[in-house]
Amino acid sequence: MKLNAPLTFGLIACILLVSAPHAEHLPLWISTVCVALLAWRAYLTWGGYPLPARWLLLSVTVACVLAIAVTFRTLFGREVGVALLILLSTLKLLELKAVRDATVLIYLSCFIIITNFFYSQSIPTAMFMLLTLLVIMATWVHMQTGTLALRPRLRIAIVLLLQAIPLSLIIFVLFPRVQGPLWGMPQDAYATSGLSDTMAPGSVSKLSLSDAVAFRVAFNDTVPLREQMYWRGPVLWDYDGMTWTRGNNATLRQPTLSDTSLPVDYTVTLEPHNKRWLFAMDMPAKISISAEMAPDFQLLSRRPVTARTRYDASSLLSYRASLEEPPQQLQRALTLPQGYNPQARRLAAEWRVQSDSPEALIRTALAYFNQQEFEYTLEPPPLGINGVDEFLFETKKGFCEHYAGSFVVLMRAAGIPARVVTGYQGGEFNELGGYFIIRQADAHAWAEVWLRERGWVRVDPTAAISPERIQNGLSSALPDNAALPFMARNPPEWLRSMRLNWDALSNQWNQWVLGYNTERQFAFLTRMGMEEITWQKMALNMLAGIALLVGVFTLVMLRRLAARRTDAVQAAWLKVCRKLEKAGLPRAPHEGPMDYAARIAAAHPDLAEDIYDIAARYASLRYGGEAEQDGLPAFKDAVRAFKL
Amino acid sequence: MLRSFRQKFRNWAFRRTVETGTVVLNQRRIYILPTRQGFAFAFVLVLMLLGDINYNLNLGYVLTFLLATTGGISMLHAFRNMAQIEIHAGQIEPVFAGETARFVFHFNNPGSLERHQIHLHDDDGHHVVFDLPAQSSTPVQFDIPAPQRGWLDSGRLTLHTEFPLGLFHAWSYIHFDVRCLVYPTPAAPQPLPAAATQDGSGKLPARGDEDFAGLRNYVAGDAMPRIAWKALAREQGLQVKQFSAYQGQELWLDWSQLPDIAPERKLELLTRWVLDADVQGLQYGLRLPGGDVMPQHNAAHRAECLRRLALFGGEE
Repeated sequence: MKLNAPLTFGLIACILLVSAPHAEHLPLWISTVCVALLAWRAYLTWGGYPLPARWLLLSVTVACVLAIAVTFRTLFGREVGVALLILLSTLKLLELKAVRDATVLIYLSCFIIITNFFYSQSIPTAMFMLLTLLVIMATWVHMQTGTLALRPRLRIAIVLLLQAIPLSLIIFVLFPRVQGPLWGMPQDAYATSGLSDTMAPGSVSKLSLSDAVAFRVAFNDTVPLREQMYWRGPVLWDYDGMTWTRGNNATLRQPTLSDTSLPVDYTVTLEPHNKRWLFAMDMPAKISISAEMAPDFQLLSRRPVTARTRYDASSLLSYRASLEEPPQQLQRALTLPQGYNPQARRLAAEWRVQSDSPEALIRTALAYFNQQEFEYTLEPPPLGINGVDEFLFETKKGFCEHYAGSFVVLMRAAGIPARVVTGYQGGEFNELGGYFIIRQADAHAWAEVWLRERGWVRVDPTAAISPERIQNGLSSALPDNAALPFMARNPPEWLRSMRLNWDALSNQWNQWVLGYNTERQFAFLTRMGMEEITWQKMALNMLAGIALLVGVFTLVMLRRLAARRTDAVQAAWLKVCRKLEKAGLPRAPHEGPMDYAARIAAAHPDLAEDIYDIAARYASLRYGGEAEQDGLPAFKDAVRAFKL
Repeated sequence: MLRSFRQKFRNWAFRRTVETGTVVLNQRRIYILPTRQGFAFAFVLVLMLLGDINYNLNLGYVLTFLLATTGGISMLHAFRNMAQIEIHAGQIEPVFAGETARFVFHFNNPGSLERHQIHLHDDDGHHVVFDLPAQSSTPVQFDIPAPQRGWLDSGRLTLHTEFPLGLFHAWSYIHFDVRCLVYPTPAAPQPLPAAATQDGSGKLPARGDEDFAGLRNYVAGDAMPRIAWKALAREQGLQVKQFSAYQGQELWLDWSQLPDIAPERKLELLTRWVLDADVQGLQYGLRLPGGDVMPQHNAAHRAECLRRLALFGGEE
């Protein structure tokens, strides 16, 4: 138990491994300082130099803490905590004095591993965790084995981990789950990505650069067409000339659906996005988790979605939505900011005069988009104050938010109540897993107009310009040189299928490992045949399982201790003695082999030759120093041939 | 106060019998308790578990359970590191007071598994650490200072290990029936008593069989033919016939001839003289209040003289 150089190197490796995954999100200077400190420590150990003076360490520590406070503008919160933990562990290495410090560092490394799970809990992360644990264990064992070489130490560490894995599996399955959180969490506890509740030019096209999964959907039986898959998100009503926002609903009246048909049932696994909305297909009718339905058919969870959430939902593909929409709401759906976009208003007014029905007006508008050489692009030119005018009459280049936004402005100007709906459209089918993957790149915006006889009707102006976007996805709608993520374009088939297989695996991992909550636990245990599940029962089963496994381990482990090298020479000799004993000539305890042989020979002269031969061989092997591999086979043969 | 209480508890809880022969560490002799680091680790695990619950980190659960079960299973490894070790006490050479008694214990590891970092220590903090390779016997020397002449008992020794993770402390007590003979410290060099070397030459008296010189007590190592069987028959105890070519040139180291100093000093002085006389090759005898050792010169005689001095006034 001494702090020798290999142990120090082991500890450096531990800290390096547990901190490495954090480099991705920590400020660069922290990573740099940590690497520099670790290199310094390694250099000191390698050269056998003394550790830095106390005042120097203290000033470095204070400087680091101050720098963190300046960088993050606080010393509280998760991100700061992780940064502090990593920096202080690294500094602790530089004042490593006693074995106790090493133990503290080992415990700290274990703790830092867990902080990484705030950011990622994927399969590669789990694999990396196992590798890190192995290194930590090997270093840990080092403290108790002195000068043992690396290889046997690794062996001990591997044995420990291999025994721990089945035990932890039992505990993982049966440990009674408590639904968190136990206490309030810092604001920065969750990463956010995905749709926001505002829409300005560029906000959706920015998302289409992200490959990240938004949610996955498995349909129960009927799979709708791709162009029917409009995943409804935030509904935006209020427009200030630049940005669309949700605003406040003027009524709390529940939305109504009538004349419905074509129901579709499906299960959504939603990735956490730290906002309240849940996604469901137009128009949602039922949802399995507790959620409220806003008057604009927007599903809202009670709390922000901070963990991967699974829910069943059912939607109706054919419907009349809110035929009885209250007038205040309709008024909201007609409001436009004064003084903006005069050209668009004039155009809408012309259309209103020409058209004899709202349907005809909508057709005119869509035809306008379709025939005036509008372009569907991820990189539209920037727009000024009268954005809609500039877009409609000058640039004519835009992404779905441009089309949806200007379409709603035109409709409102023409006196048709309209609103913007954001969400996702389409999805990629994973054949292996049998589900659709909806990525951030599938983010979309479309419009809804209210018609007297039909209620809210979905109109997607993007479909008028670029039908491919709706039917085949973003990549087919954009030119090849568009700045899409590599995977969102058309990758080679093998890469695509590999990616889908990986996603299927990740999905299983998400569902069964990361999504293993109280509900899943009950479902799983019921399927395993457990009835009337209580936590006492689970705990009892858990303890029984552990006891059983530990019993098996004990048997296997302690057997190796008792396993003495069987003495083949002795065994063969005893066999002869037993044969003779049965014949009534037991060997006296004091008798050596030769004396015994002499006595046998005297009693049974016919056996004399054989027994002398055997005794002589035995004595030679046993006491004469004859090597076993030379004499043993012949001795055994002689014993076997010996008959009374 | 606490210490004495703990001592009492230990005496009550763990048997204190002195053992002979070979001791095998079986499950009835091995005790296991978590160490302080073990409790600290448990605390860290509880913190981690709270974090897992609060943040709903299922991979965190996996890690926490992995660490917990690794820690738990390390208890079995700690036990296995000690189990089935066979121990017997080895020969111990006498030492002089002030030197270090070297107790030797033979640790046999019969299994095919190496044992790591076994600690052997006594209640006074003397300590030795060793590994036991598979299928072999390892002599382990345990040093205890011997400040006083007489018998030095090794006392109850503790054998412990914290392998593999230091979370559990597995220990066992061994108390062998072994003791080390401690001779008195030799005094500073002093000339041998003059009266004894009558011819003043101090040369080696040639021993021979020519003249029967008398009988003396049997000392282990004496030749069989020299045993005075007649004396034995007369019930005078086991005695040996002594022959000498130069009778009368023997040196008597006599307690009663010494000046009036403390008894211990006397013993130290006599010890010095025994050593010197032995080195000079003289025939010397030892005359103590409890009995005499007839003059002779050989290793066994030297050992007998020193033994008498070591145990003077005490039990045999």
